[in-house]
Amino acid sequence: MSFFATIGQHLYDDFVVEGRYMYILQGLGNTVVITIFALILGLALGVISSIINVFYANGKRGPLMRVLKVIVSIYITVIRGTPTVVQLMIMYFVILTSGSPLVIAILAFGINSGAYVSEVFRSGIQSVDYGQTEAGRSLGLSANQTMFKIVLPQAIKNVTPAIFNEFITLLKETSVSGYVGIQDLTKGGDIIRSITYDAFTPLLLVAGIYLVIVIGLTQIQHVVERRLQKSDRH
Amino acid sequence: MKKKILSLIAVAACAISMIGCGSSSNATSGSSSASGSKSSGTSQVAAIKKKGTINWVTNAEFEPFEYKDGNKIIGIDAEIAQAIADDLGVKLNVNDIAFDSCVPAVSTGKDDFCAAGLTDTPDREKNVDFTNSYFNASQAIVVTKDSKISSRSDLNGKTVGVQQGTTGDTYCTNEKGENDIKVNEVKRYNKPMDAVSDLIAGRIDAVVIDNFPAEKLVSKNSGKIKKLDEALSEEKYAIAVPKGSDLKDEINKVLKKLESDGTLDKINSKYIKTE
Repeated sequence: MSFFATIGQHLYDDFVVEGRYMYILQGLGNTVVITIFALILGLALGVISSIINVFYANGKRGPLMRVLKVIVSIYITVIRGTPTVVQLMIMYFVILTSGSPLVIAILAFGINSGAYVSEVFRSGIQSVDYGQTEAGRSLGLSANQTMFKIVLPQAIKNVTPAIFNEFITLLKETSVSGYVGIQDLTKGGDIIRSITYDAFTPLLLVAGIYLVIVIGLTQIQHVVERRLQKSDRH
Repeated sequence: MKKKILSLIAVAACAISMIGCGSSSNATSGSSSASGSKSSGTSQVAAIKKKGTINWVTNAEFEPFEYKDGNKIIGIDAEIAQAIADDLGVKLNVNDIAFDSCVPAVSTGKDDFCAAGLTDTPDREKNVDFTNSYFNASQAIVVTKDSKISSRSDLNGKTVGVQQGTTGDTYCTNEKGENDIKVNEVKRYNKPMDAVSDLIAGRIDAVVIDNFPAEKLVSKNSGKIKKLDEALSEEKYAIAVPKGSDLKDEINKVLKKLESDGTLDKINSKYIKTE
């Protein structure tokens, strides 16, 4: 068989016969859905926890703050200290034993992402010159107003590369969803592999799809960074 | 921008050429390694005897055929594998991997044979050779104690859990639409235990898994699940060897001996208690 005929035959067997490409398509859909919603959840949790950490570090030590700080510390330590797969399986088999697998995956990956985003944001906030906070307070703004209207927007500029990094990591982390029976992109390739016993074609195609998505995300990142930098030079 | 497009094309070309290499070597590796070894005069059996060890690949989560007991792997397939090793006068080395990776492990020659409650199917025969069958099995249906499913035809339109790559998976996936049972959705798990967990949690309606492992799973979760009397399908277990290998005849000899002197029956009754 000629070289290209072999490739063609394999591509046909793996994806066209019996509509097997649907496994990949459905898997891609699930992967994208999980990633996007987990990212939103992770960003929300991350920003909130990092702000709590920063306020506590800057001296706000009221009783409520102490409790929140303890909760956040435990959250970050435990989530960063255990593998994502194990967290996913605990969430699925132990904690939430009923409920849609997709929602459980979004929760697990979102909570996981939040812990890392929190540390990223904390470093971003703390890298904003303290002079900004001083200026804001001395102009009469409250601590909350200073944080949300002056410091945070500048912090976002600092952390954009790291957040996109997290986005990309999250996308690839979702590939372990198959451990709890969710049909994501990687699992779609696995299913085709166990039907046709051809390892190369499905795996390479799945890897290629992840690669294309990540390249697309990186392009978006460049555009976002350029827009944010417009205010730095006049 | 131009450089990026060029590099993307280069990456795609490399990837596509890898598909060609990989798959063509996969398709012919079975026959070429066997014919290569035949023409160079060394048979797989001779190579094994020279090495002094034989590699048995399996998925040791399948009571009563192979499962872990402390550090050792025991079960019906384990005893047969040991008999094969003893017959060849070599040491038995066992590799415990995911079930759907077992057939590829044998077809690429990574391992010498696979005994894993593995059914002889035409699809698998494209990649490996099978010995004579040594066990008549069936695919059983496991449901919750209070389930409305009471016969195999009740599976129509239900959500069924299976272990990835098993004949239960193939039957329920029903690619060609030839099977009479058409399930609504197939959920594929890495191991039977995960499927049973979800069954008890109410995420799926039924689990399709081989008969005797099903009985073990039911007895371990008694009170919550039950196995239907009616089987979904019948099948035969056999041992897989690389295509064209002379190990097949050797193993067939061993199996015949085990059957004729009653050892196989003894092994079976040791692990399967008949009520």
